[in-house]
Amino acid sequence: MASTYRTCPVSGLQFENHAEKLMRWNAVAGVLWLLVGGITALLVILTRWPAIKLLPADQFYLILTAHGIDMLILWILFFEMAVLYFASSTLLRCRLAAPRIAWLGFWLMAIGGIVTNIAIFQGESSVMFTSYVPMQAAPHFYLGIILVAVGALLGVAVFFGTLVVAKRDRTYQGSLPLVTFGALTAAIIATFTILAGAGILLPTFLWSVGLIKEIDAQLYRMVWWGLGHSSQQINVAAHVSVWYLTAAVIFGAKPLSEKVSRFAFLLYILFLQLASAHHLLSDPGMSAEWKVLNTSYFMYFAVMASMIHGFTVPGAIEAAQRRKGYTNGLFEWLRKAPWGNPVFSGMFISLVSFGFLGGISGVVLGTEQINMLMHNTFYVPGHFHTTVVTGTTLAFMAITYLLVPVLFQRQMILPKLCQIQPYLFGISMSVLGLVMMGAGTLGVSRRHWDMAFSGAPFQYEWPGAAYLMMGFTGIFGVLAVIGGGLWILLVVGSLLFGKKLDGGKVSTRPTPIPDQSQAASAVAHGSEHVGVPGTVVLALLLFVCFVLYYFVNWKYLSEVWLLS
Amino acid sequence: MSAILPPSNRLWWKQPIDKVEWAWIAIAFVWGMVMFAMMVYWHVYGNQNLSNEAYKTTPELFAAKAEKFIAENTIRTETEQAIPVVKVPAGGDGYLIARLWAWYPILELEKGQTYKIHLSSMDYNHGFSLQPVNINIQVIPGYEHVVRMTPTKEGTYAIVCNEYCGIGHHSMLGRIYVK
Repeated sequence: MASTYRTCPVSGLQFENHAEKLMRWNAVAGVLWLLVGGITALLVILTRWPAIKLLPADQFYLILTAHGIDMLILWILFFEMAVLYFASSTLLRCRLAAPRIAWLGFWLMAIGGIVTNIAIFQGESSVMFTSYVPMQAAPHFYLGIILVAVGALLGVAVFFGTLVVAKRDRTYQGSLPLVTFGALTAAIIATFTILAGAGILLPTFLWSVGLIKEIDAQLYRMVWWGLGHSSQQINVAAHVSVWYLTAAVIFGAKPLSEKVSRFAFLLYILFLQLASAHHLLSDPGMSAEWKVLNTSYFMYFAVMASMIHGFTVPGAIEAAQRRKGYTNGLFEWLRKAPWGNPVFSGMFISLVSFGFLGGISGVVLGTEQINMLMHNTFYVPGHFHTTVVTGTTLAFMAITYLLVPVLFQRQMILPKLCQIQPYLFGISMSVLGLVMMGAGTLGVSRRHWDMAFSGAPFQYEWPGAAYLMMGFTGIFGVLAVIGGGLWILLVVGSLLFGKKLDGGKVSTRPTPIPDQSQAASAVAHGSEHVGVPGTVVLALLLFVCFVLYYFVNWKYLSEVWLLS
Repeated sequence: MSAILPPSNRLWWKQPIDKVEWAWIAIAFVWGMVMFAMMVYWHVYGNQNLSNEAYKTTPELFAAKAEKFIAENTIRTETEQAIPVVKVPAGGDGYLIARLWAWYPILELEKGQTYKIHLSSMDYNHGFSLQPVNINIQVIPGYEHVVRMTPTKEGTYAIVCNEYCGIGHHSMLGRIYVK
């Protein structure tokens, strides 16, 4: 089928028909996995809430395995495929390269996801998301994940191909837009992440069917985290791109400096792969030198990249708002931002929560010696619920409020509830992350069914504060599930019952992006430099919190038993 | 124009970077260096560093060494399962086995003495989580980790397993006495 191009009358975005259909299917598949992940989240929360303790142990571990796989792999990967096709075909206004390959990728991912879920729900594969050997799952557990990885790799290849198509067809002038550049970063990280995944999951699959006798448990952990952590860096690159996209669409915001923002993305590619080391800080098999060198990501270059984005994204918004005349005081630009628009409010809560909670806790957790205070405690899921959930998932939820009208041509139903949803989900999930970290600081274990240790030969009584934190975990966890469920209802409801919108003109040829370098440079000279004092204050606040929290943990560490 | 369009200035890499941005990049860089230096500093001057001493082993080899240690140093047994309580010689070596689903044996230590505690697993990954001190160390089958520990306070301590190890994970609770 030949390509046709639809220009959305609201946004001016141009959708190629193949890419459009793929984006829709991938986004919808992602939402369905989020639904499964959300139901399992509720069951996990209601079991870890000491006052309720809903499920028996075997079902709890089964459901927790499903929750990890369905959320971290399936929901996010499917949505990211839609983001990749959007950032290439739509933003560059070109046809999608090899849509058949993209569909093959989609179906491999869908089938793989279902196969792995079948393995989990059959009950013989409650090995958790990390599936550390020598604990063994059924062979089709690994096979399903391998299929998902191959499918994702095909999607990434189609993304790269589409960039080539756009270049060859000259649909844009000059360099890639920043958002596409960020998506390219995500795709490059995805490529070597998936290769690391193949490097460990293929042997593990062969081991599960009996063709390989043994896999070294330490080696598995090292290579597996090349997949496990790096895949979270794909998410970071993707959601930072979505932040820039939101700032551009809502405010017409322009990056403070193309050079700085692109350089920061480049740092992700160069240094994030080493982040897998910080899962091994309390392991026996690596030396302290190896740990220090790798966790400092060669002197924290990747942390620096995130700190740069954390400055340039709000900075770009502030500059755009000040150009519009919101120049009073430090924060008029922020007060007068469209807080009632869920695309913006969701994106901004995502930015703040990721920076203040997820970012700071992650760096502290990844400090070699301090890691001993937190390794495998409830602190760890507390940390990543404020990176991958309030960071990535909330950013994706927010941008969906934009995608439903422009991509699916449906008006969002129940606009009042749409306004509330990012606050309900973002704030309750942020508090959830905080109280989980609180419980972890008191020692409570992650992936643990019973704080009362029933059946153990001894007793150990957790401090009362730990039970309090776990109670809060229950309450805010349920609120967060309601917030997430509301989003699914609103999105699915809008797709089914939302008012149909005009799709705009369809043409058989793409309209290239006009070359703006001439006109724009004249404008740029007129509007020259705008200061961003409000962003400076916010950034310094982040820095002060960061430094204080970092050293408080060294203080805690200095008080435990002596270790050498 | 904006982040969703190609840069309006074709030569964007030649645009100067604003002073405020430079300052923030410098802060982030210096802070990274400080955090890097802190880890090195703590290795030199700090008292809580995870041991670098580890050996490849097998469950059989490790169990044999641990059994010998238990036979030589047991002072009494506790609980209905008659778990041995083993007094680790002051300044000497102690062995702790992690297996489905127990920490074996019970160790007895003295405050202020330094011990070399050997950790290994007989089967899956386990997590040594000393409570309420809150020290957490990964225990991996096939690796013998020799951790030097100096208790600073008397009391009865629990070892929680905090690496998921199957259906009995929550019942895997061990004990250390510090006299």
